[in-house]
Amino acid sequence: MNKKRKTGLVFFPAFDWAISPTHPEREERLLYTRDQVFEEGLLDLENVVEFRPGIAKEEDIDRIHICVPEAEDVATESHLISAGGAMTAAEKVLEREVDNAFALVRPPGHHAMKVVHGARGFCNINIEAVMIEHIRQKYGHRRIAVVDTDCHHGDGTQDIYWHDPNTLCISIHQDGRTLYPGTGFPEDFGGPNALGMTLNVPMPPRTSEEGFLYVVDNLILPVLEEFKPDLIINSAGQDNHYTDPITDMRFTARGYAVLNEKLSPDIAVLEGGYSIEGALPYVNVGIILAMAGLDYSFVREPDYDPDALRQSNDITERIRRDVDNVYRLWKMRESLRKEVIKDAAYQRRTKNIYYDTDGIREQQQETVRICNDCGGLVIIDSTASTGNRILAVVIPGQSCSRCRREGEAVFESIEKEKYGLNYMYFQDRDRNLYIRK
Amino acid sequence: MILGIDVGGTHTDAVLIEDGFVSRKAKVSTRPDNIFESLMEATLRILNEEDFRRLERVVLSTTLSTNAIVQNRIDRVGMILPSGPGMAPDSLPIDKERYIVSGYINHRGVEVAPISADEIIRICRSLHGKGIRHLGIVGKFSTRNPEQELAIHAMIKESFDHISLGHRMSGHLGFPRRISTTYLNAAVFDTHLSFAEAAGDFWGSRGRDIPVHILKADGGTCSLEKSVELPVQTILSGPAASIMGILGLSDCRMDAVAVDVGGTTTDISVLAEGVPLLEPRGVTIGGLKTLIRGLRTRSLGVGGDSEVRFENGELHIGPQRNGPASAFGGSDFTPTDAMILLGFIKGGDREKAYRALVEIARSMDLSPLDAAEKIFDHTCRLIAQAIRGLIREINSEPVYTIHEILEGRAINPQNIYVVGGPAGPVAERLSDLLDIPAEIPPHAEVANAVGAALARTTAEITVLADTEIGMMTIVEDGLRQEIPNRFSRQDAHAVCRERLGRMARAMGAMEDDMEIQIVEDQEFNMVRGYYTAGKNIRVKAQIKPGLIAGFGKGRRIQ
Repeated sequence: MNKKRKTGLVFFPAFDWAISPTHPEREERLLYTRDQVFEEGLLDLENVVEFRPGIAKEEDIDRIHICVPEAEDVATESHLISAGGAMTAAEKVLEREVDNAFALVRPPGHHAMKVVHGARGFCNINIEAVMIEHIRQKYGHRRIAVVDTDCHHGDGTQDIYWHDPNTLCISIHQDGRTLYPGTGFPEDFGGPNALGMTLNVPMPPRTSEEGFLYVVDNLILPVLEEFKPDLIINSAGQDNHYTDPITDMRFTARGYAVLNEKLSPDIAVLEGGYSIEGALPYVNVGIILAMAGLDYSFVREPDYDPDALRQSNDITERIRRDVDNVYRLWKMRESLRKEVIKDAAYQRRTKNIYYDTDGIREQQQETVRICNDCGGLVIIDSTASTGNRILAVVIPGQSCSRCRREGEAVFESIEKEKYGLNYMYFQDRDRNLYIRK
Repeated sequence: MILGIDVGGTHTDAVLIEDGFVSRKAKVSTRPDNIFESLMEATLRILNEEDFRRLERVVLSTTLSTNAIVQNRIDRVGMILPSGPGMAPDSLPIDKERYIVSGYINHRGVEVAPISADEIIRICRSLHGKGIRHLGIVGKFSTRNPEQELAIHAMIKESFDHISLGHRMSGHLGFPRRISTTYLNAAVFDTHLSFAEAAGDFWGSRGRDIPVHILKADGGTCSLEKSVELPVQTILSGPAASIMGILGLSDCRMDAVAVDVGGTTTDISVLAEGVPLLEPRGVTIGGLKTLIRGLRTRSLGVGGDSEVRFENGELHIGPQRNGPASAFGGSDFTPTDAMILLGFIKGGDREKAYRALVEIARSMDLSPLDAAEKIFDHTCRLIAQAIRGLIREINSEPVYTIHEILEGRAINPQNIYVVGGPAGPVAERLSDLLDIPAEIPPHAEVANAVGAALARTTAEITVLADTEIGMMTIVEDGLRQEIPNRFSRQDAHAVCRERLGRMARAMGAMEDDMEIQIVEDQEFNMVRGYYTAGKNIRVKAQIKPGLIAGFGKGRRIQ
C-alpha cells in the first residue's frame, strides 16, 4: 500500500451540455459517477480536495492549436471549462497545494489535432495539450510524458507533439484495425526531430488486466525511467472497461486503480469512457483512491467476475511480442534517426484527416525543418471540405534561432491571395505570440 | 405572545415577544446538569401563571443533545450496515459494535445482492448479549432505495428499544455521513425523549394546548412532539438561534456576515440576500461529519475570554479558554481585559486586568496600553481573516453546470452584524478592517432567544424518479412506488410540494409559513444503445430558514 497523498479533484460533469441528446457525450455521462463519488464520501476525505475549474482563455488554445478560422469558432464554453479544469488541476499540483490531481471533466480532447477545423472523436480542443502549454508558459517544466490509457488511440495528442523532443507520448489502445480512429501502430514513432517520443502499443481486443499491467511494467515504466520526465500526465480514458458499449476490452475498475498506482501520474485527465453506469462510477472511485494512496481493494463492479474476464494465451503472447518490439525500437531511436533523416534538410508528410463528429474532411501537408537544436520549424498547408485553406507557421517550443528566423521569413514572404489562402497563422509559443492574417 | 428560550453553555436566555416588540427578557446561569431546570427558571422569570394562557407559541433551543454528544454521555448503539463494495470498511466512521452485512443497492437504487436473514438474526442475538438496546441500520445508497433497511428493520424491530434508519436522516448522498448521523440519532434518542416528555408535561400542565417547538441546526423549528423521531436535528441549534435572532432584530435583505463573539469562540455565518446559508453537505459535531442540515457556521477558537500568550516574538490568542477575564476574577489576561483597559467596555476590575497584562507587555516590549491595543487589534484581525476565508470558500464552491460557472453569483457582504459580549468595540474594528459597515442589533445580548422565538418550521424533501425502472423514491418518507413512464418533472414538482407541505404541517408549520422552494431540479435523458430509455428526474424542495409570518421583510423587531 502506498502512502497517503493529497489529491486534488477538479470535478466538472457539465450537467447542461451534450453533443446531441442521444450522443454518448451527453449530460448523463458523469451523473452516476457523481452519485458514487458523493455516496462513498470521497470528497470528505481529508486528503482529497475539490476545486472549481477555471475557464481557459482563447490565448491558452492559440498557444498550441491552429483553430480555423478562430478558437471561438471551434471551442464552446464547455470546452473552455473542461480545458480550464485540466489547467486548474495542473496549477494545484505545480503550486504544491496538492501532491497530484485528477481533472474529472468533460468534454474530452485527445482526438483534437494541431489544426482544428471542427470536432472529431467527440473532441474539439486537446485539453491535455492546452494544459501542458499552460504549464510550460507559467512554470517552465520542459520534459513532460503523456501516457494515454484511453481505449482509442490518442491521435490528437500524437499529432500535436509529433515533432517535440521534450514531450513523450505513449498511447496504449485497442488495435486500430478494430476501432476508431484506426491509427496508432508501433511504426508511428515520432517525427524526424523527435523520433521515439511517440510510442504506440495496439492491444488485441479482449485484453484483460494481465495484458494492460504487463505493458505498464515492461514498457511504460522502463521508458519513463529513461526519459526522466518532470511531470507525468495520464490521459485517463475509461473505455477499456469490459462493459464499455463502443469498445471490446476486458479491463476493470481494480485494474485501472492498479495501473494508476503503478504509473503514479502527477495529473490525470479524464478522456473517453461511455459505460456510464457499469464502469465509470467504479473506475473513477478506484482512480481517486489510488491517486490518494488509499485502499482500493474493496472497489469492484456489481457484476465483476475475474474468471470470465481472463485473456487468452494468444493475447498474452501477442502483447509480449509487441511490447518487446516497441521497447527495442525505443532503444534504437538514436540510430534510427540517422537512417530516417539521412542528409535531408526538410521532411514532409501528407495527412488525410476525417472529422467524424462534424463530417469534415481535411487534407494536410506538413513540412518540418530537420533540426538538431530544437523540435524544428513546422509549416502546415491545410485544406478542409468547409472550403477553408490555411497556412500555419509553427515555431517550436524552446526554438533555436535559425528555425525562428526561417519561420518569420516564410510568414513574411507568402502572399495569401497568391496561394488562395483564407487565413495565415504564425504561432510562437516561446514568445506567447499568435498572429492570424 | 411568543416565548423564546435559548439554553446556552453558560447562560439561558428567555424573551417574550408581543406585538413586534421584545416586551420582557431574562438571563440566568445555565445548570449544565439540569438543562430543564434552567429552562423553567428563565421562563418563570418573565412569565406569570396567567401569562401562560396568552402564549401562542413557545420555541426552545437547547444544548442538550450537543452536550450529550460532545461529552460522550450517549447510549451504546449497534450498527448494521449493508454496504456493498467501495471504500474499505476500515475507513468508515463508528467502528464499535458495527456489523457490515451482505446486501447491496447500486446508484440507481437497484438491489444487486440480497440481505441475509440468518446473518441479521445472529447479529441481533449478539447485540442483545451485550445489552445494547439501540440500533442504527444504514445501507449504501439507501436514499435511492430504502427497502433493504426497511426489511432488516421489519425482522428485528421487536428486539430493540429504538432503531434509527439511515434513509430517514436526509435525502443527500454520503454513506459515511449517513452512518454517523444515524448513529448519533440513535445515541441521543433517549436523552432527547426524556427532555421532550418533561417539557411537554411542564407546558401541558399549564392548562392549554400551547404549541411547543424546538429549534434545529438549520435555524428552523419542529414541534417538540415530532422532534423525538429525529432528535439529531436539534444539535448545534445555538449558532442557528443567533443568526435567526440577527435576522429578526435587523432588517437584513442583502448579503451580510453575522458574527457572534462568545467567551471561547466566535461564530461566523453568512446571509445571502438575507437568507442564511446552509452547510453544503451537513454539519460536523464532535469530529463526526453528518448529513444534518445546518447553518453554515465557522467557529473560530478566539473569544473574549481566550488565553493571550506572547511566545517567540508572536502573539497567540486562543483557542484555549481557562476561565473568565482577569477583570472578572480569572487568572489569564484576555481580549476582554484589553478592551476594558482601552476603555472600550465598562465594568470589571481594571486593576486586576492591568496586573495580568504587565508581564505580557514587557515581553512584547510595549507599554501596557500599546500592548492592550495590539492584543485587541490582533483579536479583530483573526476574526476578519476568518470572515474573508469563509467568504472565499463559499465563492469557490464547486458547481456542476456550465450555467452556474458562467452565471455564478458571488457573495459580497454589505453589512456585518455583531452580537455577543464585546460586540461594540469588535464591530467598530471589524468594520475598519473589512471596510464594510458594522451594526449591533438591539437586544443583541438575547439575540439567540429572539431567534428561537421567531424561527419558522423548515423541512426538505427529495423526489427521485426513474422512468426506465418505473419507480419513484421519496427518500425522507421512506416511500418507493411505481410510476408510469410518462411521469414528468412537473409531476415530480407536484409530488414534492404535496409531500413537503404534509411533512411541514406534521412538524407544526403554520400555513402562512409554507414558502416552498424547489432547490434542485434536474432531469436527465437516460440513453441506452441509441434510444432514450427513460428519464432520471431529481427534485428537491425545501422550506428555507426564515422568520415566521409577520416578521422580517424589512420590519425589524424593537
